Amino acid sequence: MAGSLTYTAVETTKLSTSEVYGKTLVELGAKDKKVVALTADLAQSTKIGMFGDAYPDRFFNVGIAEQNMIGMASGMAKAGLIPFVSSFSVFTSLRCADQVHSDVCYQNLNVKIIATHGGTSFGQAGSTHHAIEDIAVMRSFVNMTVIIPADGIETANAVKMAHKTPGPFYIRINRGFDNVFYDKEDYGFEIGKAVKVCEGTDLTIIATGSCVFQAREASKILNASGIKARVLNIHTIKPIDKEAILSAVKDTRRIITVEDHSVIGGLGSAVAEVIAGSGKGCAFRMLGLQDKFSPIGLHEDLMAMHEIDANGIVKNAGELLKADFEADEDWSDDI
Amino acid sequence: MDKQELLRLEQKVADLRALCLLTTYDAGSGHIGGGMSVMDILAVLYHKIMKIDIKNPNWEDRDRMIMSKGHAGIAHASVLADLGFIDKKDLKTFNLTGSKLGIHLDSNKVAGVDASTGSLGHGLSMASGIALAGKINNKDYITYCILGDGECNEGAIWESAMAISHFKITNLVTIVDRNKCMIDGRTESVMALEPFADKWRAFGFEVVEVDGHSIPELVSALEKAKNGAKTAEKPTVIIANTIKGAGINYMEDDYRWHYGAIDEKKYNEANLSLKAYHEKRIKA
Repeated sequence: MAGSLTYTAVETTKLSTSEVYGKTLVELGAKDKKVVALTADLAQSTKIGMFGDAYPDRFFNVGIAEQNMIGMASGMAKAGLIPFVSSFSVFTSLRCADQVHSDVCYQNLNVKIIATHGGTSFGQAGSTHHAIEDIAVMRSFVNMTVIIPADGIETANAVKMAHKTPGPFYIRINRGFDNVFYDKEDYGFEIGKAVKVCEGTDLTIIATGSCVFQAREASKILNASGIKARVLNIHTIKPIDKEAILSAVKDTRRIITVEDHSVIGGLGSAVAEVIAGSGKGCAFRMLGLQDKFSPIGLHEDLMAMHEIDANGIVKNAGELLKADFEADEDWSDDI
Repeated sequence: MDKQELLRLEQKVADLRALCLLTTYDAGSGHIGGGMSVMDILAVLYHKIMKIDIKNPNWEDRDRMIMSKGHAGIAHASVLADLGFIDKKDLKTFNLTGSKLGIHLDSNKVAGVDASTGSLGHGLSMASGIALAGKINNKDYITYCILGDGECNEGAIWESAMAISHFKITNLVTIVDRNKCMIDGRTESVMALEPFADKWRAFGFEVVEVDGHSIPELVSALEKAKNGAKTAEKPTVIIANTIKGAGINYMEDDYRWHYGAIDEKKYNEANLSLKAYHEKRIKA
C-alpha cells in the first residue's frame, strides 16, 4: 500500500480530484525534499499551486510555456530532483510532446506529469481544451507509464506510486469533481494491474478514468435484467494488464471498452492489441469518441452523447449480446 | 593567461579539429561545418574552464555542458574521446549500426554527455533545470549550454530565455555558436536573427560578443561569466562569432557544409588546410 492519507474517503467527496492530487503532493513534499513542482500558469486550475503555497522555494511557475516547463523539469530530474509537472492534458500531450518524447522518455527521466482536465471534462471549453488523443500519444512513448485514475482516492494512490517508482509517468485526471468510486484506499491498487470491480460471465466492460463509475452503474442496470457483466477498472493503460484482459475474453467472450478519449489509440486500442495478439476472438466494441471532435457542453451531457455513460454502455451491451461471433471453444490452440 | 597556457590550448584545439575531421572521414560524412565552428568553444570549456572528473563522469559536483545543437555530436564525441571519457577506438564506429556513437549523442550511452539532444530548442531548458536544481541542492557547479544560431529560430529557446532571466539562473552560461549558417542558407536569408544581441538583451541577458575562434577572448568571457555565477544580476549569454567549417579552406563560411561527405581527396586537402590554419594561429 502506498501509505496512509491524512484525510478520509468521506472528505474526498468534498474535494475535487485535483484537490486530492494537490493535497497528496503537499504530503509527499513534506516527506521528500527532492520533490519539486512546475506549472505553466495553471497553478490554481490544476491545484499544483497547493504545493507552491506550502513550499514556495520548490515551486516554479514558468508562465504559459509548456515546452520550457518539460525541459526544465527534465534538467531538474537529471540533477536528482523529482519534478511533478501539471498543466491541462491537451497541452502536456500535444503542445510539448517533443519535449516529453526526447527529454523525458528518451532519457528515461524521473518526471511525473499530472495532467488535469482530461478527456471532455472541460467540456464547455471546446475541442482546443478536450484531451482526446493524449492516451494515444503518451502510451506510444517508450518508458512512459500511463495511468488514468477513476476518482480522487485512486488519484492519491497513483500519485504516491509514481513518486515511489523511478521513471516517467503520465497521470491523467479530470477537471472538477468525479463521482466517488472508492470509499477506501486499500483496495489493492498496483501499477499495471486491473481491478475487478464486478464479477460476471456474460460480457466484460473494461473502463478507465471516470468511465469506471459509469461501467459499474451499467452493470447494476444490466444485472436487473439478468445480465452478469464483469467490470474491469484498467487504471494503468501502460503497462496494460494482459492477463486480466485475456481472462475476460476467455470467460465472457464479449468485451466493451469505455473511455473518455478517441477510440483510436486509447484504452480500446490497447485492449484490442492484446486480444489480437492472443489469437483468440471475441465480440468487441470500443466506446469513446468515434473519430470526431466533441461538441461543447457539460461533461455529463457529453459522456451521454458519446455513449460512455451508464445508459450508453447498457445500450451497447445489449447490442453486443445479440452479436454473433465465430465460437471457438477450443482454448488449447493458442498461437 | 600566460603564453604557455595559450600555446597549450592552441595545440589542443588543433588536435581536436584534426580528430573531428578524421572521425568524419572514417564515418564517410558528418556535421563537419558546425563541428569546426564550435571546436574552440569546446576546447576552452573542457580544457580550461570546466570542473570535471574523467574517472567519475557522473560526479555530482561536476560542471555540466549541454550541447543543445546536438548535431555537433561528432565534435563533442571527439573532445570526449580525446579526454578519455570514451575510448578513442569508439570514434572509429561513429554512425555504424550498433555503435554507441551516432550523429546526436545519447547521454544514457556516452559517458561525459550531460543530456541527449537532437531536436533543436530543447537544450537550454534542460540546462536551466540542471542549473536551478544546483541552486536548490546548494551545489556550486556551473552549467554551460551551447546553442546553434539557427536553433534560435525555435520558440522554445525564447521561452527558456525568459525563464532564465525571470528566475535569475546565473549559474548557467549560455553560448551561441554564431556561424551565421543553417541548413537551407545563411541565417539572415532563411530567418533573420539580427539584431541578435539586442534580442538577448531584451530578454534580460548580459550579452558578451567574442570572436569564437579567439582563445583569449573565449577564456576571458567564460571566466567572467563563471565568476559571476553567484553575484551577477543578469544571466550571461556569450555570442561567439564563428565561421562555419573554420580552418578548412573549401568549407569556410559555406552553409552547404552543414553536413557533408569527406572522401580521401577531401580529407587530405582538409588536413593540410587545418595544419596551415593552426600553424598560423600558433605563430600569431
